[in-house]
This record gives sequence, structure tokens and C-alpha cells, in this order.
Amino acid sequence: MTTTDPYAASSRETTEGTVYTVTGGDWDEMIDQTAGDERIVINMGPQHPSTHGVLRLVLELQGEVVTDARLVIGYLHTGIEKNCEYRTWTQGVTFVTRADYLAPLFNETAYCLSTERLLGIDVPDRAATIRVLLMEINRIGSHLVALATGGMELGALTGMTNGFREREEVLHLLEFLTGLRMNHAFIRPGGVVQDLPEGHEERIRSFIKVMRERLPGFHKLLTGNRIWRQRLEGVGYLPLDGCLALGVTGPILRSAGLAWDLREVEPYLGYEHYDFEVPTDTAADSFARYVLRVEEMSQSLRIIEQALDRLEPGPVMVEDAKIAWPAKLSIGADGMGNSLDHVRKIMGQSMESLIHHFKLVTEGFKVPPGQAYVPIESPRGELGAHLVSDGGTRPLRVHLRDPSFVNLQAAPAMSEGGMVSDVIAALASLDPVMGGCDR
Amino acid sequence: MSGDEKDGPVTPGTGAGGASGPSGASNASSAGAAAFGPQEIARRDVSGAVAGRAREGMFGIAGSGDTSGFGGLRLPAYAPAPAERPYGGWFDEVADEATAALADDGGADFDTCVHQVTVDRGEMTWYVDREHLVRLARTLRDDPALRFEFCSGVSGVDYGEGVPQQLHVVVQLLSMTYRRRLRLEIALELDDAHCPSLVEVFPTADWHERETWDMFGIVFDGHPSLTRILMPDDWNGHPQLKSYPLGGIPVEYHDAEIPPPDQRRAYT
Repeated sequence: MTTTDPYAASSRETTEGTVYTVTGGDWDEMIDQTAGDERIVINMGPQHPSTHGVLRLVLELQGEVVTDARLVIGYLHTGIEKNCEYRTWTQGVTFVTRADYLAPLFNETAYCLSTERLLGIDVPDRAATIRVLLMEINRIGSHLVALATGGMELGALTGMTNGFREREEVLHLLEFLTGLRMNHAFIRPGGVVQDLPEGHEERIRSFIKVMRERLPGFHKLLTGNRIWRQRLEGVGYLPLDGCLALGVTGPILRSAGLAWDLREVEPYLGYEHYDFEVPTDTAADSFARYVLRVEEMSQSLRIIEQALDRLEPGPVMVEDAKIAWPAKLSIGADGMGNSLDHVRKIMGQSMESLIHHFKLVTEGFKVPPGQAYVPIESPRGELGAHLVSDGGTRPLRVHLRDPSFVNLQAAPAMSEGGMVSDVIAALASLDPVMGGCDR
Repeated sequence: MSGDEKDGPVTPGTGAGGASGPSGASNASSAGAAAFGPQEIARRDVSGAVAGRAREGMFGIAGSGDTSGFGGLRLPAYAPAPAERPYGGWFDEVADEATAALADDGGADFDTCVHQVTVDRGEMTWYVDREHLVRLARTLRDDPALRFEFCSGVSGVDYGEGVPQQLHVVVQLLSMTYRRRLRLEIALELDDAHCPSLVEVFPTADWHERETWDMFGIVFDGHPSLTRILMPDDWNGHPQLKSYPLGGIPVEYHDAEIPPPDQRRAYT
């Protein structure tokens, strides 16, 4: 390397005087000179449109290259686990549903399956099928948000608008089926809170039809799109050994080549009776995860169809009156509430029913002491509910092993050594939901 | 599935292991309710792990003939029963393999490392001596017949004041090779809440252990950077401890003061 001043302009003498020729500096030399002690630490978030919720990134940069990435979480910590310890087992559902707010029905299911293992009960077939049905509808909605926000963060705004438009279909359907768009608290220990409303089959079948028409739109819009591919291919690379060491599950693990889907390998709620595929890839990059999510939505549609066919008439809550919620809901003039029949019975006819209702609603049911850990496959990976009971009517400990929390640990491994813009792509492919991560 | 045994070991479904459905309801509480009067509430002298506090209250007694349930609830602390051989299913196989693998490398044997084995509801729990935790975890991960290569999570449980070794660290292991799940539990005293870190064996334990430190105040010795993760850095106290209040601010509503949730009347 020469020691000449790169900014020095060459000069020549003319009759008018000295003329200097100013040219651009030698960028290679400039970078060589500045690298090493030119370290920039930038802070992204927690309120930043490209960090997928209230997540904070502390990036150490050399030029445009990320040399060190640290994640700061906890901005959405709401003490859900602590609160559950002060509520009955049934009330706990309304708390856990708010953890991973894009997959509320999965939180409820994991919590309820764990409670039911502690109780030693099995839910009726119809309740199990309804749970599967609702979870798969929810999975589509969650993956659509993953695509939509991922698209927004990369500047593919039509991907965002299309994704949220399709998700609106999901939310409308869930509102029709459960009464609420999000935070349903529909799945309860012992079954589900009430049967599906009349006309559910037509609504779900028309939903399947609409989604079958619209899902290929993502392939048309994004899969072959050169910019989309260039932004995602080879970005956020995390091979299989890295996934296992960092505890990463879900589409990220499957994009590294391992067909690990708890619905398939540890079936629950009768998933072994459904015919579906677990799509995998070996590229282990952000693009593979995007393709897997689109494919998983199609598989979910298949499961929904089969669940509809399997739906036989029957009870949706366990028969045991010591556990089953006493009231039945119905739609009155002022919206959803206790059914008038039930109110008439407990207020006018049966003192015992009133006592039973009061005891179960205020005190709750007792759960034999012990602990249980039940994992299920949420859209983001292994969602486990570790519940501990001391024999009382309230949980002694509720812990959700949330996949967002664990998967986020892989973000530095995916993004260090890459460009700043690739951090965004890698994070979007992780699809973290901070409500679940921070709980 | 064996659902009726009360004290004997639960037989898990072959092969499916921890993934199998609920089995073997434990009836320790209802069986004990009638037998223990108020004077017998004194804690059982247990050498093994205690997982629960003694409970008492105005309501909740069962089996006394009084259907109102009033008359005083007196329940001793729950202690999970040690499982006896055969554990059933693959549980024996894993225990045998671990015994052999631990004997091979010449360190402490299985019975020294694991105080108690409990099989409950189709899940196996090992109550582990913290001195041997890291070596045991490494053996479980590396032994070709065990292959618990995946750590699902590390978390804590506080069983409340008055319980011997009230803090428990709970490690959920998963063998993807054999599709088995195993839980390691380390019981700690509140004033000596130190546990060796598993980060060197399972890097994923990093954030889990930070969360457990943050929430329970359990110090993981050897952790690369044990800092708070969910609460702000300058926070005082560890919120998931039973001694830490929930909220704590009374709510005023229409001139009536409603106590915070943890001070309201409780039907335990």
C-alpha cells in the first residue's frame, strides 16, 4: 500500500496557473484504513417497524457488515405466568391465550392438554376434532401474518396487503365459530366452551374454497419474484446442528431438513388419523422458510377438510359435572351470555344447581398434585405447557415454553457476518411474536 | 394405559413415551384428606423431593360425610412417590443405559447423581444432585443409546415458604432420535439457590437460565452472562417467587377498596 494521500489531487501547470484534478478517493484503501477502529453500534427498536414487534436489536457494525448482534427482549412482559397462579384452572385459559397472540388457540390447547393430563381425563372426540379444526384455521392465520409482516419489513407491500386481507378471512371465520377474533378462551379444560354454531360447515367449506383460490397468489406474487428471492435466498442460514444446539423448532428446523413436526412424531388430539404431509427443505435459509409456510397452509386446509368430515355429533365437554363448566352459553338480545334456560334452572328450580354453579365458578375444580409437560406444534414450533399442581383449585406454576422465545436466540447466529438489511430478512423468517416471547 | 393404579408405577405406552396421553391419575390428595386431622398437618419427614406445601383452609375437606365441605381443610405436603422397578416401557431402558454410561467413565454412579426417579402420568422425572448435573446432562446427550440431544427448556418452580428445598430447576430434555422426553429436576434451598449452568452442554439453555434467574433468583454458576432478561436491569426482587406479591396495589372502585388479587379470599 502506498503512503500517498488518497485525497491529494494531481496538478499540472498551465498558462492560467495551476490546475488541480480532483478525483474520487480510492474506496478500497479508504475502507482498509478505517476498518478496525471504525466500529458503529446502532440500536434498532424497541419501536421500529422492521423488528417484528417490541424487540430491540443492538448491532455492532463495521461498515454495512454486522459483526455482533444482541437481542434485548422483555418489553412485552405482562406476568401471564404469575397471574395464572392466582386464578382457577379454567380462568387460566383467558391468560395464556394472550401470550402468543397470533396463535391464541394453540396456547389454549397446550394449557388444556396439560391440565387434562394432570386431571387424568380425555376430552370427547367431538371436542378434540373441534380443537384440531380451530388450530389449523389459526395456523393459516398465523402464517399469513408471518408472510405479511415479513413482506412489509422487506418492502414487499403488496405481500403485506394481500396477507392481511387473507388473514381477515381467517379472523372472520374464527369470530363466527368462537365469538371472538382473537383471545378466544374457547378451548377449556375438559373440552371446548360450546358447540360450533349452526351453519359452521358451509362457512368453513367456503373458507377452504376461498383460500384454495388465493394461496397460489403468493407464489405468483412472491415466489418467482427476483427481488424477493435475492433478499431471502442464502440469508439467515442456520443448519441442522445449529438448530438443535439452539433449541430451534418449527418451520426453521424443517427448513434445515429435519421433518420434525409434533403432530406427526408425537400425535395428540388424534392427529395420527389425519392425512397430511410435513414439508421440508434443505436450504436452511429464509426463502426455504417462506416456501414451507405457504406449503403448510395448504396442508392445514387438507386437515381442516378432514376434520370437518370427522365431526360426529356428540358432547363437546367431559361428562364429569365436577369439572365441566356448568353454564351453557347462548345468544340473547344483548349478545352472548349465559343461556336463559340455565339461569331459569338455577334461579327458579334447583337450589343444588345454583350451589353447584356457584362453587364451580368461584372456587373451581381441584387438580391432583403433580406436574405435566405437554408440547404441541404451534405455527412457530414446540409450544409446551409445564403445569404444576399442589392439589388445589389454582395452579402452583404455569410455564409456557414458547417457541418465539427460544427461536429468537438463533437470531445472532443467523445474522452475524451479514448485512444490516439481511438481519431484517432473517428476523422475519424467524417470525417471533413478542407476546409469546415475553409472556 | 393403566389408569387405575394409585401408588404403583405407571406403565407408559410402549415407544410413544412422554408423548402418550394422560395415564395414571394420582389420587394422593383425596386419599390423604380424610386421614389427616389438624394435628397431623406437621410435615412428613421426607428424604426425597417435596413438591408442594401443606394446605389448610376453611373449605375443601372431602370424605368426611359433610357435603358442604366446611370443617377445615388439612392436607400434608405432597411428595411425589419414588417409582419402583420396573418403571415400564422405555423408562427402564433409559435408566439402565444411563447407569451403564455413568459407570463407564468412572465418575459418580447413577444413584449418587439421581436422588429419586418418579414416574407420574406417563412422564419420568429424575431428581438430580446439582454437583453431577452437567456430567449427567452430557452423558444423556452423547451416549448413543440415550441421545437426549435437544433441550426443550429450563425453568423454575417455587413451592412456597416452609417447603424444604422450595426452589426447583426443571430441565425438559427430548431425544429426537428415540422420541422420548425426560425431565430433570434439581431441588435447591432458597438461601443457597445455586445451580450449575447447562449452557456448555445445551447452548439453548442460555436464555432459559437467564429467565429463571430473573424470575426466581436462581444463580446458574458458569453461565456466560447471567443478566435479567424479562424485567428491567435495575429491578429489585424476583417476581415468580411465591413471596413476591402480585400487583399489590389496592383498586379503588366506587369508594370501595378491592384488595390486590393475592390478598383476596382464596379457596385453595
